[in-house]
Amino acid sequence: MDHLIGALVGAPLLGAGILLTGGRRLDRTGHWIGCLLSAASFVIGALLFADMLGKSGSARTMTSHLFSWVPVAGFQANVSFQLDQLSMTFVLLITGVGTLIHIYSVGYMEQDENRRRFFGYLNLFLAAMLLLVLADNYLLLYMGWEGVGLASYLLIGFWQHKPSAATAAKKAFIVNRVGDMGLSIAIMVMFATFGSFSFGPVFSHATSASQAKLTVIGLLLLLGACGKSAQVPLQSWLGDAMEGPTPVSALIHAATMVTAGVYLITRSSAIFNAAPAAQLAVTVVGAVTLLFGAIVGCAKDDIKKALAGSTMSQIGYMILAAGLGPIGYVFAIMHLITHGFFKAGLFLGAGSVMHGMNDEVDMRKFGGLRKFMPVTYVTFGLAYLAIIGFPGLSGYWSKDKIIEAAFAKGGTDGWILGGVALLGAGITAFYMTRVMLMTFFGEKRWVPDADGHEPHPHEAPRTMTIPMIILAFGSVFAGGLFSLNSSFLHWLEPVTGHTEGHSPVSTVLIQAATLVVLALGLGLAWVQYGRQAVPAVAPRGSLLTRAARRDLLQDDFNHVALVKPGEYLTRGLVYLDHSVVDGVVNGTAASVGGLSGRMRRLQNGYVRSYAVSMLGGTAVLVAATLLMRGV
Amino acid sequence: MTTATAASIHSLWTTLADSTPGAAGASTSTLFPAPKIEYAQLSPVLIVFGVAILGVLVEAFLPRRTRYTAQLGLSVVGLAAAFAAVVALAADGYASTKSHIAAMGAVAVDGPALFLQGTILLVALVAAFTFAERRLDPAAHGSRVDSFAAQGSAVPGSDQEKAAVKAGFTTTEVFPLLLFAVGGMLVFPAANDLLTLFVSLEVFSLPLYLLCALARRHRLMSQESAVKYFLLGAFSSAVLLFGVALLYGYAGTVSYGGIADVVNGSAKLTPALANSTATDALLLIGGAMVVVGLLFKVAAVPFHMWTPDVYQGAPTPVTGFMAAATKVAAFGALLRLLYVVLPGLRWDWRPVMWGVAILTMVIGAIVAVTQTDVKRLLAYSSIAHAGFILAGVVAVSPDGVSSVLFYLGAYSFVTLGAFAVVTLVRDAGGEATHLSRWAGLGRRSPLVAAVFAVYLLAFAGIPLTSGFAGKFAVFKAAAEGGALPLVIIGVISSAIAAFFYIRVIVLMFFSEPRPGGPSVAIPSPLTSGAIGLGVAVTLVLGVAPQYFLDLASKADVFVR
Repeated sequence: MDHLIGALVGAPLLGAGILLTGGRRLDRTGHWIGCLLSAASFVIGALLFADMLGKSGSARTMTSHLFSWVPVAGFQANVSFQLDQLSMTFVLLITGVGTLIHIYSVGYMEQDENRRRFFGYLNLFLAAMLLLVLADNYLLLYMGWEGVGLASYLLIGFWQHKPSAATAAKKAFIVNRVGDMGLSIAIMVMFATFGSFSFGPVFSHATSASQAKLTVIGLLLLLGACGKSAQVPLQSWLGDAMEGPTPVSALIHAATMVTAGVYLITRSSAIFNAAPAAQLAVTVVGAVTLLFGAIVGCAKDDIKKALAGSTMSQIGYMILAAGLGPIGYVFAIMHLITHGFFKAGLFLGAGSVMHGMNDEVDMRKFGGLRKFMPVTYVTFGLAYLAIIGFPGLSGYWSKDKIIEAAFAKGGTDGWILGGVALLGAGITAFYMTRVMLMTFFGEKRWVPDADGHEPHPHEAPRTMTIPMIILAFGSVFAGGLFSLNSSFLHWLEPVTGHTEGHSPVSTVLIQAATLVVLALGLGLAWVQYGRQAVPAVAPRGSLLTRAARRDLLQDDFNHVALVKPGEYLTRGLVYLDHSVVDGVVNGTAASVGGLSGRMRRLQNGYVRSYAVSMLGGTAVLVAATLLMRGV
Repeated sequence: MTTATAASIHSLWTTLADSTPGAAGASTSTLFPAPKIEYAQLSPVLIVFGVAILGVLVEAFLPRRTRYTAQLGLSVVGLAAAFAAVVALAADGYASTKSHIAAMGAVAVDGPALFLQGTILLVALVAAFTFAERRLDPAAHGSRVDSFAAQGSAVPGSDQEKAAVKAGFTTTEVFPLLLFAVGGMLVFPAANDLLTLFVSLEVFSLPLYLLCALARRHRLMSQESAVKYFLLGAFSSAVLLFGVALLYGYAGTVSYGGIADVVNGSAKLTPALANSTATDALLLIGGAMVVVGLLFKVAAVPFHMWTPDVYQGAPTPVTGFMAAATKVAAFGALLRLLYVVLPGLRWDWRPVMWGVAILTMVIGAIVAVTQTDVKRLLAYSSIAHAGFILAGVVAVSPDGVSSVLFYLGAYSFVTLGAFAVVTLVRDAGGEATHLSRWAGLGRRSPLVAAVFAVYLLAFAGIPLTSGFAGKFAVFKAAAEGGALPLVIIGVISSAIAAFFYIRVIVLMFFSEPRPGGPSVAIPSPLTSGAIGLGVAVTLVLGVAPQYFLDLASKADVFVR
């Protein structure tokens, strides 16, 4: 079975190859080839999963060595895969949700003449993401990491004829470079410290390295995670990334790629467990981002940007949990999976709404859509209940555990982190209820567009609704299923380790508090957006609202703190280059040219002067030889 | 320095020939020994000279219309056979274990000699193709013509010349001339005594003077260049011959091994010898003058003045051949002279050669900057390259020898190819060699411009071309031989040189073509083959130089 692991990556890679090189003749069938190879990868994943269930203990970790990539003495990089429970979880999520979104895209991208290329990129993304989670060493992981970054760039900018999309793609790429730099330096430090970057040797020697080095590696890995997972301070690209087609937002910028940071930290648990300072930094980043994203989500009128804020916030929860150490890893991954279901469902629902509303994204121009698109309404509604943590649904099980674990960290830290997580849950309830109310309830607020076309909201085609329905099932049942007999905990524990957290306050109290803040957030949203009509033009709002609409001034901050100094530095260097460097170069060139011009005059064309030069040369040569001897 | 250490250093790059028949003859010096000639070991030279004589007979007895085919066929077959003979000798072990001195001590058969002879023969073979090219010039009065004058003896512009052109005459004598020159060049780096050195020098120089005068276009310029080359060549030969006489006066022998023995004190001192070796002035002056004669041939500063004029005036195929093969032969002879005859004096000649190398590199590179004619540009480039090769020569180590051998092989194909490209770019007046005419060539003829760009990059020593591998090898050898300042100056000169090479590339690809610019003639497979082979060698030696570096380092031991 082990050799099938390569095929997991191979199938979508083959798809990308076929679709991107096949040319126009594949326009009619390309999307189905993409779906087929994505589904093939899922089937292989399912087979491997069944095989894995049949084994027990350490036998569940499968490895597959493909070839030596860089075989140099002292530097061995292999292309080899490792499939354990953690990777398996990701494989099923990536290929499962990925396949659903492939199918959804068949309908969503029907009118796009570049649909084939779109599916090629999607397959490329799947291959890179699978490479990322299957690699058995950091170098190969990095290759997958860069691969998903590339796919993300290509897909955000898929409609590159829109300047906003092209800019957003560049922004995502550049911000991600900062994180990637962190990861690459982390790998270098790792190699310098351990002499290897394979998971096995690095993790087994992790405790023997000095605290300082481990902290440096941990912080650099965190920087990488921040970039890919849109965590503060590298979060600014995610909102703009919504310029990409909605299936991309669902797959890459909600369910899978942005969770790569959580994977990285969980995978590197051996390093973080040994570096408490780095771990604390992880929890701080997670806590800050979960509030940051939630606040931004409250103020956005663009449905996709509101959901993007929510994604940021939910990943903040996961990062926070991953930073808690062995009491949190399992719940981070569990929330990651349930989030994968309901957030993908929410985005697909949003896509369905846009599909019916002439690509309108402003929620102030929606309203009352539940009557026009019942399937979307129901599936979106179930995902909504799941994300706010409505008791019994997926989000409830996973998010509640994270809040408990945060309190269980103990000490002041525990109180602060737990309080933030609890507050976040309330804000989540508020902004998601707001999205729900503004979109599906109230009076219809849509108006004819500039060309006089009035939108005619309608349900999406079957290729789009079926994936939404399947994801809705996941949103409802996944969390409960995972929590039944703690099945997910037992599944993942051998890889990540787990210790039971002991909360200073009783679990029941925390659950009760969670429900209270949930009810508060929900009620507040209803007071503001359900009881009174939503104004078609956004009111000015408080200072915080206005800041939140500008993404809490993140771009302004980046502009002042990074872009401006960068510009000044560049200008300075250009000046230096023009005046000093070029001056030296041009001066040298001019003097060589002048010398050349003078010397070529010696070449006057007369044999007699040539002969004189030879005679002189001979005399000098003879004299010099004699002088050397001192004769 | 004691004799023992001198001998041990000497043995780094030379090997003593095992008991040669010549040595047995010397012991019975009272009798005049019957000459014993190893015909098999001299076969490359004998084949080339034999075919050259056949070529003369062809000129005398075959009808005019069949001569071209016969001459081309003879030359190609002869050069190929000679090359096969060289390969056979090398395979037989004459390049290493069986290397010895043939023909009564006159000619060495060893690694460097065979390597250089092989290189010269390949270069000559390719050059024969460019000599035979007849598609570039428009057909004159119905007959295809090559780059050579219709009738060499006709006065330019005279009625006789017009008649010869009208009759469609061509100078097929160039092939035997080429072969005679090649024969001399084969002996030159193998010469093991000073007289053979001088004779072979003259044997290859005289045909070259003639060839230079035979251009079909710009005949006056061509003849002027030949006269200049002849006069200065005669002058340098005289200096060399004077040096030979002084060396004989010092050592009482002209054989390389004999002089070396006297220099390092291992020869038996006769009273006469004791008298002549009392002062080293004869030796030093004589050695310096012989070296001057060779430096003239490699175009080292300050003996380089003839190069631009002659390269510009000579028919371009001849220039290409001369630039490539003469350099190979002359550097071979210089290496043998310095490494076999004068190693005992290396503390005397090394500083002097340092100076010559530095001057050659710097002046060649700097003066090239302001050149406006492609052929003159390439001439100065060849001067600068002579400087780079000299840097390898002064390394005085086996690595120095092998790096020079490699450099010569790599450089000669680049040069030959580059001049072959020059023959393609033409306008109504023949070749358009002024650089301004080359502007925008890359737009009109991307392939030709790209090929020329490859050659220029190789001249500049850009990685992945043979130029880089060669330059790296000589600079490495020089640095290891303690000539680090020379290497630094060499690298700076390379940087200056890169400027004018790349300027031509910029001119070809990034300038607007001028209206009425030259057109690129479509060559026959002969020239295309020569150019293609040059590119192939340039890239192969650049990408995978190791095999050839190994080959050169297997051939780095001189016999004595």
